[in-house]
Amino acid sequence: MASSLTLMRRSCRFVSIFATTSRQSSSKTLAPPSLQTGLLLFLSQRFHDVETVLSWIPWLKNRVVRQKNVFYGYTQKNFGDNIATAFYVLSLKGGFRFAGQSEWFRSDKRGKFNWDFMNHRDSPVEEVDVSNTLINYTGLDNLVKQKCLRTLSLSGCTQVDDWFLSRLHVFQDTLEELDISHCPQITEGGLAALKNLRVLRRLDVSQLPRIQNPGLVVILLEEMLPQCQVTAAGFDHCLMDRHTQSDSQAQAP
Amino acid sequence: MSTWRGFCMTARTAQGFHVYSKCIYKHTQLCTLGFRKINTGRPVQSDFFKDLENQFKAFREKASEAMPGSDWTPFEINRSLPPERADIVIVGGGVIGWSIAYWLKQKERIREGVRVLVVERDPTYAQASTVLSAGGIRQQFSLPENIYLSLASADFLRNINEHLSVLNEEPVDLQFNHSGYLLLANENVAHIMEENHKTQRYAGAKVALLSPTQLKEKFPWINTDGVVLASHGLENEGWFDPWTLLNAFRRKAISMGVYQCFGEVTGFRYTTNPMTNTDGDKVEFQRIKYVNVQMPNSLEYQPVECAIVVNAAGANSGKVAEMVGIGLGPKDSMASVSLPVEPRKRFIYVVHCPDGPGLDTPFIIDYSGMYIRREGLGGNYITGMSPEEGEEPDTNNLEVDQEFFQDKIWPHLAKRVPAFECLKVKSAWAGFYDYNTFDQNAIVGIHPLVNNMFLATGFSGHGLQHSPAVGRAIAELILDGGFRTLDLSALGFQRIIKQEPVLERNIV
Ligand SMILES: Cc1cc2nc3c(=O)[nH]c(=O)nc-3n(C[C@H](O)[C@H](O)[C@H](O)COP(=O)(O)OP(=O)(O)OC[C@H]3O[C@@H](n4cnc5c(N)ncnc54)[C@H](O)[C@@H]3O)c2cc1C
Repeated sequence: MASSLTLMRRSCRFVSIFATTSRQSSSKTLAPPSLQTGLLLFLSQRFHDVETVLSWIPWLKNRVVRQKNVFYGYTQKNFGDNIATAFYVLSLKGGFRFAGQSEWFRSDKRGKFNWDFMNHRDSPVEEVDVSNTLINYTGLDNLVKQKCLRTLSLSGCTQVDDWFLSRLHVFQDTLEELDISHCPQITEGGLAALKNLRVLRRLDVSQLPRIQNPGLVVILLEEMLPQCQVTAAGFDHCLMDRHTQSDSQAQAP
Repeated sequence: MSTWRGFCMTARTAQGFHVYSKCIYKHTQLCTLGFRKINTGRPVQSDFFKDLENQFKAFREKASEAMPGSDWTPFEINRSLPPERADIVIVGGGVIGWSIAYWLKQKERIREGVRVLVVERDPTYAQASTVLSAGGIRQQFSLPENIYLSLASADFLRNINEHLSVLNEEPVDLQFNHSGYLLLANENVAHIMEENHKTQRYAGAKVALLSPTQLKEKFPWINTDGVVLASHGLENEGWFDPWTLLNAFRRKAISMGVYQCFGEVTGFRYTTNPMTNTDGDKVEFQRIKYVNVQMPNSLEYQPVECAIVVNAAGANSGKVAEMVGIGLGPKDSMASVSLPVEPRKRFIYVVHCPDGPGLDTPFIIDYSGMYIRREGLGGNYITGMSPEEGEEPDTNNLEVDQEFFQDKIWPHLAKRVPAFECLKVKSAWAGFYDYNTFDQNAIVGIHPLVNNMFLATGFSGHGLQHSPAVGRAIAELILDGGFRTLDLSALGFQRIIKQEPVLERNIV
């Protein structure tokens, strides 16, 4: 009883007044606690449980992302860094190209892929296309060992954020092309970290919904990376038509 | 009416040892409403009140019987009054205080397992250093403890929405700028920088050393005269909005059931136990029983019975420690060692310089002590510097000394980045460092003589960035009885008694 009352007090402030009034009336009529009070007590007893259950939802949602981005330690130990990277990228439904080869390995829509890449233990990965996948900061663990990575496409990755960009410095001596267009989480704060990519030649920052002044940011980016060609399609559109931009922002979750 | 405004009630404490009476001053809406409605004639009124009083009395008695150890009353008491008892009282609701509160709740095993109260004297946070800080986080320290604290905190900030998101509320957006810190060294300190770099790499921080040529190549707008070595943080370094972090901690902690109260801690009621140590000397141990919380704009204070007190009062924590007699004991005894934390005023100036370096401006710390970082994208920067030891400004107010910028900061600034020769000071503010006069490092842990006071203070300019990890450490100390994730025993109060400073080399 005591704990339920404490809970009740915590969860709804007005209950104290409510309880007083009900007590007053009950002293006159001697009626049992009204249905409403009972319901309130019942609900408040359950309230924290409801809250706990609700708090599982994001955890469950994130579970898929976490599973996709686990560290491929076993593969790395047994087959080497390159195979681990390749396997990780294919499991994400992405594609990659080994250095010195022209053909790409990709997984199909249903996530099926050709296991031939297992024969190339010694070829480092040169190009990675993980656009529209669930790659995130932790998943990057599987890529950081690649010392020849030249192209990275992250277009439309919902989990790529500023912390992810700040970690790209591991490819600072090799990365030449980076595509981060349509990433809903990226802000100016992360773009500043691209400064570390010394040899970057091409950067695509089109349609980043969380950037407030795309025009200014592109100018600042060009200033920061003078040797790099910054693409920002859809940016004129943003300047001219602020209305549609705010619309699309409102739609973004 | 006056009898209604303040009537006395007797409350029994949980243990039932101590009985005292307490006045509750409150105007419940219920009472006022009732009074207005039935304001017909005197006899009726007093009858009605008598009746109601009796009923309330009976109800109160029943309620307190039903809930032993609870201070629940049928009235909506003044919400800012603290509860009569709490397990843990945290003095100071800055970022450190709220972080500790959050971690205590996070670590409690059962719901409502610990009752935590945060006492903050200023609801506007007008003088709290948290909101007046520069908001930077770096790993470029020399002390491994500080590096690990920053790494752990950066990890926390990265996953902040897993830790601090509240159901049905917006996710936390810290506005983190990943620009890194750039420390510059002249020939006198270059060897220290090199050693520090080794320690940092060993601890797992991603920091790169740059020669003046490499520096020039990376940041062409920097004048490298006098610079022999530079170190640039590549990951987990930058700055963020301190207010957002403070609010996120507070919001989450309150949602988890932490009590907050606005009032000033003016004193403690404690017991003293004299004991004799093996050398035959008398040592007096204190134990805090009650924290006196004074309500704003009133002389009234409420004693809060508690088991543990955490001193997280920032720059004021030296004063709070004095209230239990820390440092007031007889000379040359352990009790004469005071908590060496005092406020030191530091200025921050906002300057506007449209031709300044752009998006890539890191948080630069020059070997002269001058620092500057970008603020937003509109050509604004914030800059500051620590004054020399003998020239500490007066700490009675938060007024800004404009000359300090002209005379001390600007020359260094314009020399380091020539673009800043032309600039305009837009505004400025001052804040208090919680300055540890002994060794400029945090004091984290229990006080050896007051065996229920925990200290988390003395951060001297890097408390904001260490707050998540320090909060966790203190919570472990209280709930687990020892450090579990990060061993911070080197930062304990013992070092001050033993007179063994743990110094940070290259401190700013
Ligand atoms: C100009 C400046 C720049 C800084 N830059 C950085 C930086 O870049 N990076 C970084 O990490 N750190 C920085 N800091 C340091 C950082 O702000 C502090 O170390 C940190 O905020 C300390 O937090 P706190 O919670 O201990 O103190 P505070 O934020 O000061 O909180 C203490 C609270 O306790 C309350 N209080 C005090 N006495 C009592 C009492 N008796 N009863 C009730 N309440 C009381 C006060 O009102 C206050 O709100 C800077 C500080 C300043 C001044």
